[in-house]
Amino acid sequence: MPAIFTPSDTDRKRPHVDDGDHGSGRRPPFDDGLKRTGGGGDNDNWNDRPQGRRGPREKLERFRLGLFFALAGDLMFFVAIVSTFFVTKSSSHFDAYDHYINEWLPTAIPRILWINTAVLFLSSVTVEFARRRMFHQFDVMEEWFGLGKPTSRRALPWLAATIVLGFAFLAGQTVAWSQLDHQHVFLKTNPSSHFFYLITYTHAFHLLLGIAGLITAVTGLVVSKQIENRQILVDCAAWYWHSMGVLWLFLFILLAFFQ
Amino acid sequence: MTPQAPSPTHPASLLRRYLFTTDHHIIGLQYLTLSTVAVLIGAALSLLMRLHLIAPNLAIPGHGPILPEDYLALVTLHGTLMLFFVLTVAPQSGIGNLILPAQIGARRMAFPHLNAASLWITALALLTLLASTFVQGGAAISGWTAYPPLSAIASAGPGQGLGMDLWLASIALFAVATGMSSINTLTTVIRLRCDGMTWDRLPLTVWSWFTAALLSLIAFSVLSAALLLLLLDRHAQTTFFIPPGDLTSGLLRPASTHGNGSPLLWLHLFWFFGHPEVYIAILPGMGLTSMLLANFSHRRPFAYRAMIATTLLIGFLGILVWGHHMFVAGLNPFAGTAFSISTMAIALPSAAKVLSWLATTWRSRPHLTTPMLWALGFVSLFVTGGITGPILAQPILDQYLHNTFFVVAHFHLIMAMAGIFGLVAAVYYYFPLVTSRLLSETLGRWHFWLTIFFAYNTFLPMHFTGLLGEPRHYAQLTGIPNSAGPFLARTMSLQRHITWSAIGLALSQLPFVWNILATLHHGPVSPHNPWQSTTLEWHPALSPFAPRFPHEDQEKIVVFRPPCEYGPHQDAFMPQWQPDPASNEKPE
Ligand code: HEM
Ligand SMILES: [Cu+2]
Repeated sequence: MPAIFTPSDTDRKRPHVDDGDHGSGRRPPFDDGLKRTGGGGDNDNWNDRPQGRRGPREKLERFRLGLFFALAGDLMFFVAIVSTFFVTKSSSHFDAYDHYINEWLPTAIPRILWINTAVLFLSSVTVEFARRRMFHQFDVMEEWFGLGKPTSRRALPWLAATIVLGFAFLAGQTVAWSQLDHQHVFLKTNPSSHFFYLITYTHAFHLLLGIAGLITAVTGLVVSKQIENRQILVDCAAWYWHSMGVLWLFLFILLAFFQ
Repeated sequence: MTPQAPSPTHPASLLRRYLFTTDHHIIGLQYLTLSTVAVLIGAALSLLMRLHLIAPNLAIPGHGPILPEDYLALVTLHGTLMLFFVLTVAPQSGIGNLILPAQIGARRMAFPHLNAASLWITALALLTLLASTFVQGGAAISGWTAYPPLSAIASAGPGQGLGMDLWLASIALFAVATGMSSINTLTTVIRLRCDGMTWDRLPLTVWSWFTAALLSLIAFSVLSAALLLLLLDRHAQTTFFIPPGDLTSGLLRPASTHGNGSPLLWLHLFWFFGHPEVYIAILPGMGLTSMLLANFSHRRPFAYRAMIATTLLIGFLGILVWGHHMFVAGLNPFAGTAFSISTMAIALPSAAKVLSWLATTWRSRPHLTTPMLWALGFVSLFVTGGITGPILAQPILDQYLHNTFFVVAHFHLIMAMAGIFGLVAAVYYYFPLVTSRLLSETLGRWHFWLTIFFAYNTFLPMHFTGLLGEPRHYAQLTGIPNSAGPFLARTMSLQRHITWSAIGLALSQLPFVWNILATLHHGPVSPHNPWQSTTLEWHPALSPFAPRFPHEDQEKIVVFRPPCEYGPHQDAFMPQWQPDPASNEKPE
């Protein structure tokens, strides 16, 4: 036992969840009650982590961070569109007879959008179940020891449910578009309908990407050999899905109440 | 702890190794190759424009005389190639991939596959842009800013059809690729720093790349939205940017589609992107200049932390100044004042950077090596181009100066020339790192003095032609009727001077080309770390083409000190990875 504690041993600013990780830095992250989805791995094991590949925990956080920046960029994309919405809504012009004209005619929101919103909300719940299943401590450890794939088995139905709900939402959006079609409200009809279609189309496109992500996650659950990769796939697909849900909520409120 | 027997991991096929690779060094070189193609074409186009201005009747073999729409297509292609594919790609993605991971002590980028994907999308964007010159109706002619309403209406004129569509598609692809690579850069800097590489020990180059990546992410996302709206206006009969009224005399647009949109909206969206974009182009050069000046002056950059702060501040303020491009576009005068103030504010951190550069070198007896000369050239051009900025930032002066060659002079000195000088400095500095050979100093000096001489001779007189009233994007200056004629005719002697200088500027690059080719072939082998640099890219275990080992065998990279620590003696320098001072003396 050393008689003197060197500063590098005592200087740690906060206690680490990974102290005493006996997995030589390769233990997959799980939910151990300290942090919902965290703990484990050897992310900031400053003194003796293996160089180069710093463990599954680090990998998960790296992908989460990448996704975060991607979503930040996406947010700016929608911020640009929403500011254009407000500018266009409030801009007017003089016609030949000196009348001040604002051509904005609010687009009535099809009722079904309320149902769609509920469906999307539900899908966020199911995807969160899937995500948490991937970090359940007992299952993760079992899987790590090579005893089957319990996390994947439990997460899979929830992911499938999310995909179904996602398609249900898109189907609902299609119904909304065709209802507007019947009322002869098209993309080109009015500044306000420009935005209605622009916003719902771009959001639907993002949701399609989300569904592609979920399908990739499902495939990964079946194919991928490493628990940490399966965790990353589900985790990132889920966070993306949540973000698209929250984004829709804002866009829906915008379309329903701010026209 | 270096392993005894080198055993490179993947003996993959040549194609996998040098073309479809995820190795960031190769990807960096591939980006630089793309930029080289772009810069060669872009420079050739600019010489054509210059020749046309002094000899309007000159016919191009195989093409005939340059018509006004040809001239506009030349401007557009030149600007797009240079700004996007040279000044955005080369410093940020090219040099960035080559150097950034090593400078933070990482052996890889955070997402190698994403990295390769952004490279190939950028290449596709370049091909799309070049393809747009061959389509029916010709290449786009709207300048790099593509203002509606003309760019929104396919029948508005030559180049507004398929050429414009391809131009927009190319920029959209470019925006996606740049977004992807900035996600990669940001994540790499945040997550992959080695032990001991705290934020305030990051080299200023890394801070610049980091800030530029943040700006790219924000700016290019907004540009994507704007491009989408413009494409909808063109193809889905929306009217986001199309104003009411018969703007094209009823011939081009059916009277039934009268818009309620505003071209001003595009200007806002575009310049919200456009101004940060010019800083994306210059920030890496600023970072490199800081580090080179420090290294060759054997001093720590003056006010290191303040330099980090000004980098971030420039990035932040850069988002708030876009209106200075719109003073005469019908902006509310009060908004003009606000933008004028924020623009003057950004001159403060920029000036702070210049002061730091001067203070770092002041009476330091710097080693005037070739990379150092180019870095000093960067400072000179940044100052000369910069002082016209606050002049243009006065709405009242800009009434006269907007859309004249005065603006062209401003941004060619501060962005185009300074940006290129930063790039060339990087080439001279990092050539030994990549090829283990030193470029010839004699040729380098000739290259430098010739280039800076002709650069000033090309771009300084543009201030005067601008003040005399020469407008931008004018195909011909002779034979103009009415009162403008004599004015423009008076600029013709200056025009000739500019054109010959531009040709001299192009020829001055020959020593450079020769230098590179000859050195690659039989240049002197460089010692390790020939510039006595303190940053990690010169760490023996991190050099770009050192053999790779399986992860377990790799030497652990640890950083013990900030960059740019030098001892009192000429040759004492303490690399960041060195545990304690080489000599007994303490660092100053
Ligand atoms: C001291 C800081 C600066 C100030 C106050 C400033 C101010 C301005 C202003 C007011 C304009 C608009 C002129 C007009 O169109 O009428 C302008 C144009 C421009 N500036 Fe700067 N500038 C500064 C630094 C820079 C830097 C660092 C860069 C690039 C690295 C740059 C690149 C450009 C470009 C490319 C344009 C022309 C864009 C176009 O119309 O095509 N400027 N600048
Ligand atoms: Cu600007």
